[in-house]
Amino acid sequence: MAKDVHFEVEQFLYRQADLLDRKQWQEWIDLFTEDGVYWMPPEPSYTTWDGTPAIFAEDKNLMNVRMGRVLHPDAWSQRPLWGTNHIVSNVLLEKNSANGDVIVRSRFHMMELRRDDVRHFAGSYLHQLKKTKHGYRIKLQRVDMTNAQAAYDYVLQVWV
Amino acid sequence: MLQERVPDLSRSLSDLVAPDRVRREVYTDPAIFELEMRRIHERVWIYCGHESQVPKSGDYYTLQIGRQPMIMVRGADGAVNVLYNRCPHRGNLMVGDRYGNSGEFFRCSYHAWTFHHDGRLRNIPMMESGYAGTPYGKDHPDCSMKRAARVENYRGFVFASLSGEGPSLRDFLGEAIVAFDDMCDRAPQGEVEVVPNCFRVIQKSNWKIFLENQLDALHPSVTHQSTGRAAHEVEKQIAKKAKKGEAPLSYHMLSAFATVTIDKWDAFQTINYPHGHCILTGYMGLRPQDPDTLAYDKLMIKAYGQKRFEEIVGVNIHHVLIYPGLSVQSPLQQLRAVRPLGVDRTLTEIWHFRLKGAPEPIYRRSLAYYNLVNSPATLVNADDLENFWKCHQGLSSEGGDWVSFARHHGRDIEKDGTVETAPNCGTSEAPMRNQMKAWAEYMRG
Repeated sequence: MAKDVHFEVEQFLYRQADLLDRKQWQEWIDLFTEDGVYWMPPEPSYTTWDGTPAIFAEDKNLMNVRMGRVLHPDAWSQRPLWGTNHIVSNVLLEKNSANGDVIVRSRFHMMELRRDDVRHFAGSYLHQLKKTKHGYRIKLQRVDMTNAQAAYDYVLQVWV
Repeated sequence: MLQERVPDLSRSLSDLVAPDRVRREVYTDPAIFELEMRRIHERVWIYCGHESQVPKSGDYYTLQIGRQPMIMVRGADGAVNVLYNRCPHRGNLMVGDRYGNSGEFFRCSYHAWTFHHDGRLRNIPMMESGYAGTPYGKDHPDCSMKRAARVENYRGFVFASLSGEGPSLRDFLGEAIVAFDDMCDRAPQGEVEVVPNCFRVIQKSNWKIFLENQLDALHPSVTHQSTGRAAHEVEKQIAKKAKKGEAPLSYHMLSAFATVTIDKWDAFQTINYPHGHCILTGYMGLRPQDPDTLAYDKLMIKAYGQKRFEEIVGVNIHHVLIYPGLSVQSPLQQLRAVRPLGVDRTLTEIWHFRLKGAPEPIYRRSLAYYNLVNSPATLVNADDLENFWKCHQGLSSEGGDWVSFARHHGRDIEKDGTVETAPNCGTSEAPMRNQMKAWAEYMRG
């Protein structure tokens, strides 16, 4: 039983990362619950995105702004060739509730190419997943990047 | 050695900077960059940080002034000192962390020389035997950490100058001091404190390109239209769904890039001051009449009285640029400190401040701007940084010699050293002309 859950959760995490790498932004946003939040705190000690500085703290409305901007023909900085490649691993099921909701931790490594420049971002994911009839939906995706506090050589434009 | 690499600019300076245009080498020549660091950044008043970054004795923050690694540190007497981050013994950096607490004194990690927080030597291991018969010891100036020549604090904002000569901080800031007054006066308690997080973003371009962009009123509706349009679409959807029919103010801050179209920007104004400082007047209409604002207004009226309250919230500023290294958005309580790293690399340190005594929703309103516009996942600055990089790349080419600042040249209104853009000339390149005028004056030495 726990093995089945683990497998299903892993598949979900891989799909999440795969949608980002394939730039399927709408499908990626659809993975979130209506009140879902994508959050990247500036450092691991933060306990809430509410009312604190954040690298990302986005509900679906703000995700739609980011997607709309990225897809806009006049988003100049989106013109150059760029892409990402995520590896997700070290999946640890933290909590497996009777109603099917789970809390899961994992690690990621993302390589990004932008023009001729390669950057690496790595860290941990914390997912609060809600079990629905369509499968898991993300209530919270917390992203703690190991390089969150490092100086950013240029910026991040889409979700990690 | 440095001297030999630096060109003699006294004769060629007039060839580099004309009243309405500038030679491209000003942005790309490493020798000019070295001279800028010596004659501008390592002489004038540079913003170090806010005193609330170092609340306790021994708290420190490191920073770069020109090419010099510095430490801003709180002493046991409460004073905020600015020291070179260097042990006088063998030259080690005194602290290797970006910030922290040094305890009761600094202790060099190499040979355990210790120093008070004002830089004075405290002790050397076996000092009496080790330095007997030498002139060195507690009273020798070369045995203490070097201090910044001058340090001044205005309403909690700490500046240092590495030169003993030059105007006082107040005289240097002149009218641009409004950046700090406007920020602090908006607090019912008349003070701000730092929100303890610094976003640091590197621009792959010369430091002046960023400063010139800050008050460039022609660029927002062009550079940022993708974000403006996307935010406007979502803003309309939220308004349709919401009972009160309004999206949060943060959407308005973003959609203004699309709704304030390029032809409307001439209606704004820049005011240019001596030393290259400059103000861009406000455009976002940040005085809504929602319950949060009304509750804040009430507190402010209680603190200041109606008349003074009206004056404070009536200050019409979007940006204040303090040349050569600080961009302040006082109505939103945030600033960006500019630290040149090299001729084509510039670090920005981005801070947000809390208005002491203001209700939480007011803090959250400006926090939204900090997160959406100034974070490393910015929805706005990403396109600026792209332009800066392209600009620096283009200027590195031999496809042309000049950068043009001729827009509305000759129409500016000058009075007592202050240059205002003429009515309906808000997109004037007066701020760039003003900055280059100050640059040329500094560079003459």
